[in-house]
Amino acid sequence: MTRHQKEIIIKNVFFILSLVSILILGLIVVFLFREGLPLFREVSLRDFIFGMEWYPTYNPPSYGIWPLIVGSLIVTVFSSLIAVPLGVLAAVYISEIAPPAIKEVLKAIIELLSGLPSVVLGFFGMVIVAPWLQETFDLPTGLNIVNASVILAIMAVPTISSISEDALYAVPNEFKEASYALGATKFETIARIIIPAALSGISTAVILGMARAIGETMVVLMVAGGAAAIPESIFDSVRPMPASIAAEMGEAPFRSGHYHALFATGIVLFLMTLAFNLIADYISQKFKEVGSATL
Amino acid sequence: MKRFFRVLVYGLLCLLVAAPAALAGGNVVIKGSTTVLPVAQAAAEAYMKLHKDVNISLSGGGSGDGVKALIDKSTDIANSSREMKKQETDLAKSKGVNPMAHVVAIDAIVPIVNPKNKVKNLSTDQLSQIYQGKITNWKEVGGENLAIVVISRDSSSGTYESWGHLVLNGAKVTPRAQLQASNGAIVQAVSKNRYAIGYIGIGYLNKSVQALTVKGVQASAKTALSKEYPVARPLYMYTNGAPKGDTEGFIKFLLSKKGQEIVKKEGFVPVK
Repeated sequence: MTRHQKEIIIKNVFFILSLVSILILGLIVVFLFREGLPLFREVSLRDFIFGMEWYPTYNPPSYGIWPLIVGSLIVTVFSSLIAVPLGVLAAVYISEIAPPAIKEVLKAIIELLSGLPSVVLGFFGMVIVAPWLQETFDLPTGLNIVNASVILAIMAVPTISSISEDALYAVPNEFKEASYALGATKFETIARIIIPAALSGISTAVILGMARAIGETMVVLMVAGGAAAIPESIFDSVRPMPASIAAEMGEAPFRSGHYHALFATGIVLFLMTLAFNLIADYISQKFKEVGSATL
Repeated sequence: MKRFFRVLVYGLLCLLVAAPAALAGGNVVIKGSTTVLPVAQAAAEAYMKLHKDVNISLSGGGSGDGVKALIDKSTDIANSSREMKKQETDLAKSKGVNPMAHVVAIDAIVPIVNPKNKVKNLSTDQLSQIYQGKITNWKEVGGENLAIVVISRDSSSGTYESWGHLVLNGAKVTPRAQLQASNGAIVQAVSKNRYAIGYIGIGYLNKSVQALTVKGVQASAKTALSKEYPVARPLYMYTNGAPKGDTEGFIKFLLSKKGQEIVKKEGFVPVK
């Protein structure tokens, strides 16, 4: 076998391996739609998305997931409010300010945080955070939007921080040097030069962090409380979509309306995370720095 | 993960049911109530381990479906969480099927509150009002002036179904009710929250929570068996006439000491 033939074989093997992941994704999507779409023979898309009542096991059943969608969005928004400043500022500190020794320690700890299993964080939220929240604010329940948002934020921080950090690193030294040469202080350089130059990367990080939060299951199942109603305050319980799917799928009769409704909820969730990823992709393409600052 | 595995198992079981029953060994088909399903499943696994040549196919679908299948003679055992209705028995007799009931377990559900809660007893009507979201403060039922946090199971669980049937008489649980995915999670949540009320299968009761008496009756295996305790119901397996062969073997196994241990492990009250 000549070297050239070997090259071809290796090239094709890699090609096939890369196809496998596409194939798997494709099959999952096909399966998701095949199991979810039959629901719409029973209920209209409008009643499903904007229906206020989720009573899948009653007769007649109601399959309205609007409270679940609101639940998902609300915990995602609140967790972003906590995680974005934390993650981005941590990244700025690590890449621009921290001395090398602290930098190494911090990076290691943040990576460790991303490795924590979500069930462990969920348990922490349920056993430690919930009673604390309840006592401190004298609430009827500690399993609520605030608790879920805090725990989801802890999960999203490593994603946001490590991707933002890469973006900040990619800002070329010439930019900083030019800024210092003009007499700017370190803070001015960071705020006016480095962060704006890395903005597309940071935005991508934020959106991927939000996608992580909206798709997370175990945490919201354990600490969001699970009330399928539109919340009236940030201390109310909610039931985000993944929690509903995880809790009910095990017992839903195979290919019943309930089963199809849970898959259809999965489709909604899939389209949402897909949208997040497309937006992230769009931003990183559109605001791509050309020249030496290209990410 | 466990749930995912269950889904997988159910899926495979459904395939088994659909597959032509051409296997040489004994075949037992079981169908019906999802409440009885976990017991039937654990017992079927144990029985098949003991008798390698027996193949038990199991599916849910609800008590009504199980009874229908028994009348159609498409199942050997119909699981049911209720007694057969009169028109069902009549229909069965007209088709030459003679349903025979076997009580295999008692399903007793206990309302629980935090040990700090002063309320010790509620009537079924009060429980129903609380779960429908009509009573929202403990002071309305003789407790402190605290909001009631209603904790319920996910709507597909058998315990939810029994609770809805025995306490709420089919009325809807308030959407503000919190959801927990298992009996254990309800105990955990109630033990940490003095505003909370939850309900669990009697097998999951422990000291971290306070069991309420219902209409003054304490839930126990004894009061459940004597029907004094109102939130309890027998779980049935129906066969066509006296069971024969492996069907008989399976029911005998379930009613044996070992089988009743499985019943207890799944959170129900053994009948013996």
